[in-house]
Amino acid sequence: MSLSVEREATAPEAATPISGRWSSLVKELLATRRVMIGLVIILGLIAMAWIGPLLSPWEFDERDFGAFRSPPSADHWFGTGSTGRDMFHLTMVGLQKSILIGLCAALFTTVIAALVGAFAGYFLGLADRGLMWVTDLFLVLPQFLILAILYPLLRDSGWLVFVVLLACLMWMVTAKMVRGMTISLKEREYVLAARYMGVSHARIILRHILPNMSSLLIVDATINVSSAIILETALSYFGFGIQPPDVTLGSLIAEGARQALAFPWTFWFCTGLLIVLVLAVNLVGDGLRDALDPHSKSRT
Amino acid sequence: MTATSGTAAEQEQTGAGPGPDRAEPAVFEVSDLEVSFPGGRGNADVTAVRGVSYEVRRGEILGIVGESGSGKSVSSLAAIGLLPDYARVSGSIRLHGEELLGLDDRTMAKKRGRAVSMVFQDPLSGLTPVYTVGDQVAEAVQVHNPQTSREAAQKRAVELLTLVGIPDAERRRRSFPHEFSGGMRQRVMIAIAIANDPDVIICDEPTTALDVTIQAQILEVLKTAQRETGAAIVMITHDLGVVAGLVDRVQVMYAGRLVETGAVDDVYYNTRMPYTMGLLGSVPRLDQDEKTPLIPIKGNPPSLTDMPPGCPFAPRCPIAVPECDAAEPPLERVGGAGHRAACIRAGEIEANAWTARDVYPVSEIERNPVSQVPRADRETVLRVDDLAKHHPLMRGALFKRRVGTVYAVDGLTFDVREGETLALVGESGCGKSSTLMEILSLDQPQQGTVEVLGKRSGRMSNRERMQVRGDVQVVFQDPMSSLDPRMRVFEIIAEPLHTHGYSKERVRSRVLELMELVGLDRSAVTRSPAEFSGGQRQRIGIARALALEPKLLVLDEPVSALDVSIQAGVINLLEELKARLGLSYLFVAHDLSVVRHIADRVAVMYLGKIVEIGDVQSIYRRPTHPYTKALLSAIPLPDPEKERRREHVVLQGDLPNPADPPSGCRFRTRCQKFAVLSEEDRSTCREREPELRHRVEGAADQAAACHYADTEASS
Repeated sequence: MSLSVEREATAPEAATPISGRWSSLVKELLATRRVMIGLVIILGLIAMAWIGPLLSPWEFDERDFGAFRSPPSADHWFGTGSTGRDMFHLTMVGLQKSILIGLCAALFTTVIAALVGAFAGYFLGLADRGLMWVTDLFLVLPQFLILAILYPLLRDSGWLVFVVLLACLMWMVTAKMVRGMTISLKEREYVLAARYMGVSHARIILRHILPNMSSLLIVDATINVSSAIILETALSYFGFGIQPPDVTLGSLIAEGARQALAFPWTFWFCTGLLIVLVLAVNLVGDGLRDALDPHSKSRT
Repeated sequence: MTATSGTAAEQEQTGAGPGPDRAEPAVFEVSDLEVSFPGGRGNADVTAVRGVSYEVRRGEILGIVGESGSGKSVSSLAAIGLLPDYARVSGSIRLHGEELLGLDDRTMAKKRGRAVSMVFQDPLSGLTPVYTVGDQVAEAVQVHNPQTSREAAQKRAVELLTLVGIPDAERRRRSFPHEFSGGMRQRVMIAIAIANDPDVIICDEPTTALDVTIQAQILEVLKTAQRETGAAIVMITHDLGVVAGLVDRVQVMYAGRLVETGAVDDVYYNTRMPYTMGLLGSVPRLDQDEKTPLIPIKGNPPSLTDMPPGCPFAPRCPIAVPECDAAEPPLERVGGAGHRAACIRAGEIEANAWTARDVYPVSEIERNPVSQVPRADRETVLRVDDLAKHHPLMRGALFKRRVGTVYAVDGLTFDVREGETLALVGESGCGKSSTLMEILSLDQPQQGTVEVLGKRSGRMSNRERMQVRGDVQVVFQDPMSSLDPRMRVFEIIAEPLHTHGYSKERVRSRVLELMELVGLDRSAVTRSPAEFSGGQRQRIGIARALALEPKLLVLDEPVSALDVSIQAGVINLLEELKARLGLSYLFVAHDLSVVRHIADRVAVMYLGKIVEIGDVQSIYRRPTHPYTKALLSAIPLPDPEKERRREHVVLQGDLPNPADPPSGCRFRTRCQKFAVLSEEDRSTCREREPELRHRVEGAADQAAACHYADTEASS
């Protein structure tokens, strides 16, 4: 009385360890070429951002009065800016900030959105009203008004607070999407099954609901990396976060964009690095999405 | 109507004949049809259909039967040119002798709907939601007759809708599809299919998505449609019961090939191919008195990408011999005229007159010792008393006000004893699933009480609740959605164990033990559910439900989404587990024939109420409530002879709106008995709600809620 057709699968049973969900996920990720390429690029960028300034013969705020806006040369690898500062050094320091801010803010945004959306959609009723009220409030209040109010409080706090601030400005739309998906997912029979076997609500959300929308969350997180970096520039322009003479990729791009045609080196190097960073994050996200999705892979 | 269709209709009425005159040329002819889909990305090509041939004549009904993945739908889609462009089709498809294969889409579009039309399985997605049904039928008329005026087309639409049995068609044609029930939509689909008097109608599982009572109605409509148009019908289905009484000839498909074809009587009574035998043996039957185990076919159909060189059925065939693996057997003539089978042992089968029972080893299912104890002395596992669940109907966006109540469950009383299976049966929408959810939620019900293992719902402490959760487990209907696709089998089965605090080592050994218990390979625990077939997934669901050694298993239509041969295996497994583990089942089903094989007691539900309850033997031998009778009568038998002789009670219309149930007896609007009562007797039905009580002398465990229940013994 057996319906199993795994006739070929008389593999060494019992002895084979049943690896956990996460360890097998990591194994699968590392076996994917895209992910490896992405990871190597990200690690390379991190190494470059932190080691690069040490190699540069110029100091961060040092000006070369003999070379304003000079093109790349043996002296200035990425050329110099309008005040004679070394673009290579500036770009590397900017990259440091942007990597930190971009990755952290993206992660943070997606986590807030996922939790708020999932809890609202799963419990509905009062929890939903409360959470969605807050979400709507964030959506309708002009962001710069909030910033203007918070500015005096946050002026002197570190980059971590700034990351939280960025995340607070970006999570709302995703949270709404997550809520909608949760409402349809919670009616699935596997969620009911888990509920009827006594699994707690929080555990159902974390184990059954969020993993089943991981595609959305991962795409959201990867897009958020670049939007966080750009939003950071906008905020910096209004005087929040990173202030000159300190730089980020965003502020360098904003400045370089104005003179991109006349002095392309002030624009292209920082922009190129941003593109490479976002691309690498996308590669990793893509691989992660495929590894988590049981339908998209061609396992043997 | 033409003369030809007249004779066809006559032949249809005289019944048992071997089909229309052989001399008449075939209307629709398919020969050596082969369809393959390129694999892409380095995968092997999928050959879905391999050399299928058939022909139908005017007024003839041909049945094509096979399990999912056997290529039956693909072959019909190929026949009317609806396959995607990348599909490779070869062979020949001729309509009135004209070759259709290779025609471009525009020319085909002229034929489709006019000469060949199709009725699809899913009536939900077959109609455009934004147009009224009348417009959609009229469109089908106008597309092929552009000179028809709008008024004429609308008039014809009303005619067609009346023909397919839409009551008050003149008014209902202005309805939108969502205002129609599934059965009504399928009627509209049939109306569209016959709008232009086609010569061939291809029906692809037209009744699979419908309730049995509605299925019976639709089959009647198809017969009417065929009589009216005189068309040839190709009926594709997986259910041998459906086609038995309807078709003239049957073709059985397996792995993209025809394995047995012939006149319906030959195929059903002189079966020569073991696969057909298995299919016939695995259908749960109403006409067998004894509770016998079903005949499951082991294994799954082969993957269509790499076919074994020999007979594709050999790996699952109980009488396979080494020669079977040598080459694929050709479809050869056996016995009666036109009866052909693809089996090298067909001659042997004929000579020895083997039947399914001889070919397939039948496992005896042991009886549970508990079942010897009289019912009254057994422990009560679940007691439901006067349970009700009413949903308020709200209207208005800002200020919601209550405009009505949906009486989903309305005063249910039943109990389940230890080691017993109680089946809740009824059409969809009668409140079966609501009842289950109400029991499983363990919350205080709106009305009445639910007592699980002696503990009252809503009055339990958290610890008791958790304990009861472990003792009551559920298996869902859809094996696709009841397992989390992101988890692997091990985690799925281990989840209840982790939740109830088992240690790591015990979880591991228990999961492997459970895999074996439900007949799956231990090594498969690291795979994800997507890699399993429907039947195997249902087994995983059962393993998960059994993990905590529950006392009561709640089964929500556990086999209705499975193929017949797989279904038999799962039913047998459930029977076996019940006997071995001493489980009690609360089994919800819409299919009375499945229930007969598994249940000890049956409760028939209609609009949130139980209309008849009793032990299986009494209910099936002597149903007393007219609704039970109608349900039993609606189930087709896989036996052409009996099917033709049977008189069907076809219920009128659909289930009434549960927000506005009829007064008095809820069933009276569709009741076949009510229709023949005198006006005086009818007023009782209208005014008084019948209570559930014993109606028949001598049958202690049978109660019906009908004022005029059949009390005299009938056959």
